[in-house]
Parts: sequence; C-alpha cells; structure tokens
Amino acid sequence: MMYRSLFPRDVFAELDRLQREMQQAFDLSPSIRGVARGGFPAMNVGSTSKSVEIYAFAPGIDPASLDVQIEKGVLTIAGERHVEEMPEKAVMHIDERFAGRFRRIATLPDDIDPNAAEARYRNGMLHISIARKEAAQPRRITVQ
Amino acid sequence: MTDTTAVSKQAEPARETSLMPPVDVIEDAQGIILYADLPGVPKDKLDLHIEADTLTIEGEVQLETPDGMESTHAEVSLPRYRRVFTLSKELDTSKVAAEFNQGVLKLRIPKAEHLQPRKVEIKVS
Repeated sequence: MMYRSLFPRDVFAELDRLQREMQQAFDLSPSIRGVARGGFPAMNVGSTSKSVEIYAFAPGIDPASLDVQIEKGVLTIAGERHVEEMPEKAVMHIDERFAGRFRRIATLPDDIDPNAAEARYRNGMLHISIARKEAAQPRRITVQ
Repeated sequence: MTDTTAVSKQAEPARETSLMPPVDVIEDAQGIILYADLPGVPKDKLDLHIEADTLTIEGEVQLETPDGMESTHAEVSLPRYRRVFTLSKELDTSKVAAEFNQGVLKLRIPKAEHLQPRKVEIKVS
C-alpha cells in the first residue's frame, strides 16, 4: 500500500496503523473503485441500521461551490478550493495544502433512499446523512 | 474521546497520538503567514499557544455521529491534530493575529518592527 496520507503522523503511530490495516484488510469488502485514500477531501464513512453517514473533511470551501450527487447508488462530491492570493514579493516556504478542483466518489449500499439525503457544511466538514429505505430497516416481530 | 467523536473503528492506545495538519507558510517583508487545515474542529476546540520560540497548533475533531454508528471507513482516523513549529528570533510573538474559518486557520506573525526592511538612500556625490 503505497500512498501518501493527507494527514501524516509520527512513525510509531504509522506502525500502529499499518498493523491495524493489515488486520482490517481481511474484512474489507473488495470494491471495484477500491479504497481510495489520500485524496481530497479525506472521507470517513459510518453506518447505522437507519442511515449511512459520510463525513468529507473539506476545509475552507465556499458551500455554494460544493456539488453533491447521488446517482445509481454512487455518491459524488465535487468542488473547487481556491488558493489564497500571494502577497507581492512573498516566498512560499511550505506548500502542503490542497488547491484546485476535486472529485471523490463512494459506492453506497443498495438499501439507501436517495430522496432522504441531507447535507450540511460546518467547521470545514461536509456531513452527508442518507437514510436507509424503510423496508430495509430492521423490524422487531412480536411473538404471539 | 467524547461521545461525539467516533472517528476510529478501534479504540486508540492510551498514548496521545495525533494527525499532522497540512500547512502553507508564506513569508513577505512584514512577516510570516501560516495557513493550516483543521477540518472538523470547532472554534472552541482549537488551541494555539506560543511558548518561548515554539508555536503549537492543536485541535480536536468533533463529529456529529448518530447513536450506534459503526465506522466502516476512516481516513481521518484520530480525533486530534497537532503540529509544532520553531519560530525565529526576528518574529514578534506578541503581535500574532489569528483567524479560524471553516476549518482553516490563518496566522499572521509579524517581524519585529526594527527588523523590518527599510530602504536606505545612499547619496552619491
């Protein structure tokens, strides 16, 4: 796995992570789009019995420029991040932050309801919550 | 870790590990401008301090997670950012200005006034 993490950490933490990922590699579902890491924005995905939660870490973006789409079970997050203007006669010492256009894609589970999606942008983070179809939600059956 | 921060599938070891936020550092005649990306950090969870010549940027990520959420994929796998910089002597740490907007921190550290470049006219007779 050769990728550059968007948020690097110290060597010992890296080793911890590597070990954990080795374990996790066995229970990851093989997806045709792979588990793309290191892209912008960084993404976390979580799920409950009622919804799928997507967190995109996209700081400093005009919410109006964000384009979120769900089509045929695929979620697309696209947008553009503008660079701050350089003052005259300035020197750039460190240049690590992402700038420019971005697009990230995630495959969603089959049982989500694309009409019941909600997106919010706060603290530089885009949170998308997509409800699962009612029929797919677990139901308790009373025993007579 | 609080109830609202569940970014990692497994419990982290007790040792405080953190992520390194990406930064841009620009220098002009007046001083240094530093931008840091700290997405998911609310204003009250951002901690900036300067001690002697060391600048520390720390932030805690807060996610709104519904009850019983299980993380299935995590690229931001720790709920904390931390980065330390050593400042040089000509910077005036008493006049640092900070802005924090939508996860982007902007710090302006001016150079001490007597060290700012001045144009010296030399007359040639």
